[in-house]
Amino acid sequence: MKLITAVIKPFRLDDVRNALAEVGVQGMTVTEVKGFGRQRGHTELYRGAEYVVDFLPKVKVEVALVDDLVDRATEAIIEAAKTGKVGDGKIFITELVEVYRIRTGETGNEAI
Amino acid sequence: MNALIRRMILPVMFGIWPAVGWSQAIDTGDTAWMLTSTALVLFMTLPGLALFYAGLVGSRNVLSVVMQCFSIACLVSVIWLVCGYSLTFGGSIGGYVGDLSKAWLIGVELDTAAGTIPETVFVMFQLTFAIITPALFVGAFAERMRFSALLLFAGAWVVVVYFPVAHWVWGGGWLGDMGFRDFAGGAVVHVTAGVAAVVAALVMGNRRGFPDAPMPPHNLPMTVTGACMLWVGWFGFNAGSAVGSNGAAGMAMLVTHISAAVASLTWMTAEWVKYGKPTVVGIVTGMVAGLATITPASGYVGPIGGFIIGLAAGLGCFMATQFIKRTLKIDDSLDVFPVHGVGGMIGLVLTAVFSATALDGLGLDEGVTISNQLVTQVLGILATVVWTAIASFVLLKVVNVISPLRVSDDEETDGLDLVLHKERGYNP
Repeated sequence: MKLITAVIKPFRLDDVRNALAEVGVQGMTVTEVKGFGRQRGHTELYRGAEYVVDFLPKVKVEVALVDDLVDRATEAIIEAAKTGKVGDGKIFITELVEVYRIRTGETGNEAI
Repeated sequence: MNALIRRMILPVMFGIWPAVGWSQAIDTGDTAWMLTSTALVLFMTLPGLALFYAGLVGSRNVLSVVMQCFSIACLVSVIWLVCGYSLTFGGSIGGYVGDLSKAWLIGVELDTAAGTIPETVFVMFQLTFAIITPALFVGAFAERMRFSALLLFAGAWVVVVYFPVAHWVWGGGWLGDMGFRDFAGGAVVHVTAGVAAVVAALVMGNRRGFPDAPMPPHNLPMTVTGACMLWVGWFGFNAGSAVGSNGAAGMAMLVTHISAAVASLTWMTAEWVKYGKPTVVGIVTGMVAGLATITPASGYVGPIGGFIIGLAAGLGCFMATQFIKRTLKIDDSLDVFPVHGVGGMIGLVLTAVFSATALDGLGLDEGVTISNQLVTQVLGILATVVWTAIASFVLLKVVNVISPLRVSDDEETDGLDLVLHKERGYNP
């Protein structure tokens, strides 16, 4: 089992959600985050006080997957989230040690 | 002779000779307008100014700002009842302050008149001005002042600064007698608040991280909402200062509005040119500058005067803000001095110029030239600035001994709402 964590541009969220549904992904967790990589921040101005704001708003999508789905899901995310411009985001894939469905107590692949 | 009579009408209208019963009957039109104006001006503080300031600070300090505005409204109301009205409009002691003949509003009854309106209405109207003046300067030390210290300072300040200065100008004191023109509070409200603000900012020091760390407004729609309430409420502030339902009120409303609109566009343009983008904070700050600057002039100038004053306000206060913030690096957090202080001063000076009928004004006093009036205005400004600066400084130092003015570094980082009030503005 794997956990895919994708940090994407906020306005691509709907496209990513739809693309994941199409490859058979049933659920996900979405968080609003701030971050930066190579995309530089911007300046904001308030009555002559100019600030450089490094952090940019992003969205983090976390999906738990059976191993077989990982490649297709990753491709789907990349295609849906890409704009071609700096700041598109990253995908991190980590090993999931265990998964539980709280309601039923199922574990492993049945719980995903 | 006309000037002398005119300078007598004001003190009389303000009830200094109630026993003589300067017998003007109560005018229901005047009274209705003054009741309305009173509500409008209180609305400027609650919630106009409260929202305006609240949106400009960080979300962890939003409650501290509204708490300060709200509590000041309550506190000043009580002080006004106990001694404030009397110290401002009671019998004059040497022209410097009123007496205590009307403490606890003794003598202000159902039928007592102040000119053509009931004295109760006059008491209330003037109270709203006494309320908003200290509420204005909370902007200077936003995000770092201890609430207990603020209560002590604001309470003492209205007694030592506001009541005397208001007395000098409107209560039959020496500035009014000298022919000083301050129709609705350029000196009494804006210069005093502005000077107190910059003194407090200097005494208390800058916020941690100023000027480099980002401290953006947390809710600009809230700020704009508050600003809009200020614009509308200001009609009560300026047009209400005509103390009558008449052409003078109408003209005051008109020039006030023109100045607000022109100053907004001017500031917006200045910012667009200098920084490349017109901002929302900029346009509403320009509006406040325009309103503050027209305040002393609003009963004396005509529409063209209002237009020029708006231009001067937009440009002058914009430059002053840059100077204080970027050049001097003084953290008058919400720019009270450059907008209200400087705006008030610009307006007081331009009052002398644009009162002249040749410049579309309603006329200077008989036998007074523009130069004469300018001298008077500058003298009044100086007196107000000097008294306010010294008194504010001393009061801050005294209060600091009783209750430290500033919170600690850690408390400032955590945010005043949690630290001072154990509350969060937002609980998502």
